[in-house]
Amino acid sequence: MNWLIHYNYWIVIVLMMIGLYLVIARANLVRKVIGLNIFQTSVFILFISIGASRGASAPILAEGIQSYANPLPHVLILTAIVVGVATTALALALIVRIHEEYGSIDDSSIHDQDDEP
Amino acid sequence: MTLLVATAIALVKLPGLFSAVMLTGIYSLLSAALFVLLDAVDVAFTEAAVGAGITTVLMLGTLSLLGVSTSDHEPIQMQPIPLIVVVITGAALIFATQDMPAFGDPDAPAHRHVAPRYLNESATEVGLPNVVTSVLASYRGYDTLGEVAVIFTAGVGVMLLLGRRRRAPRGDQDEK
Repeated sequence: MNWLIHYNYWIVIVLMMIGLYLVIARANLVRKVIGLNIFQTSVFILFISIGASRGASAPILAEGIQSYANPLPHVLILTAIVVGVATTALALALIVRIHEEYGSIDDSSIHDQDDEP
Repeated sequence: MTLLVATAIALVKLPGLFSAVMLTGIYSLLSAALFVLLDAVDVAFTEAAVGAGITTVLMLGTLSLLGVSTSDHEPIQMQPIPLIVVVITGAALIFATQDMPAFGDPDAPAHRHVAPRYLNESATEVGLPNVVTSVLASYRGYDTLGEVAVIFTAGVGVMLLLGRRRRAPRGDQDEK
């Protein structure tokens, strides 16, 4: 099983690339935001994977438990999740404004309207 | 974890914006379950509540504001150039994982620095059984202050963007 020791990291990278692909390839702005969310979650999983440790338990102090998972990545990711929702809200608000202005949330049709005087 | 990847791939292929938004909710919930498996219970709570709950509500709210015109059925086909870029980047990153310490290795560098101090001393220094809480509120309190500033800024931004012509409804966007 030695070659599986990085399996978690591989999954993280696959998810990250799926998110990146959505951001690059989809013209629809809401789908781009969904792609960003996937990317973000993959980073969360990367951090939590780094913090996990074999045979450890959740970092809540109790009698008779020898080893705990690393609490520091958990704290960082708690902050990141909430900040992520704030940025998602802002992005969606921008999309609503763009839709009011251009009547479309499609990348290419917005560009077309910009090109016409 | 493989389920997570399957959901994400379905997200890429799925036509219809509404079902894509619902799938993001499922995706968040699955990742919360994964966090429980990786011993990160606090993160799992937050992801389930905030990621699966509030994000989905925000996206549905946006869809309803955008109205019917968004029931897009853009042709879902793979586009070659983005695909090539993404595959090359992914291959480089996977090559880089060869240098990472093995998953779950208790001697990994991440476990050697400040974490032992948090685990050993926080019971006497802060006095809470939940180490995540004591790190969040005490050792790294400035992070949490910065987080509040970010949320405030985002709330103000959302209000400025949406509140100008429409007085009413976006109360839910400003709370988080």
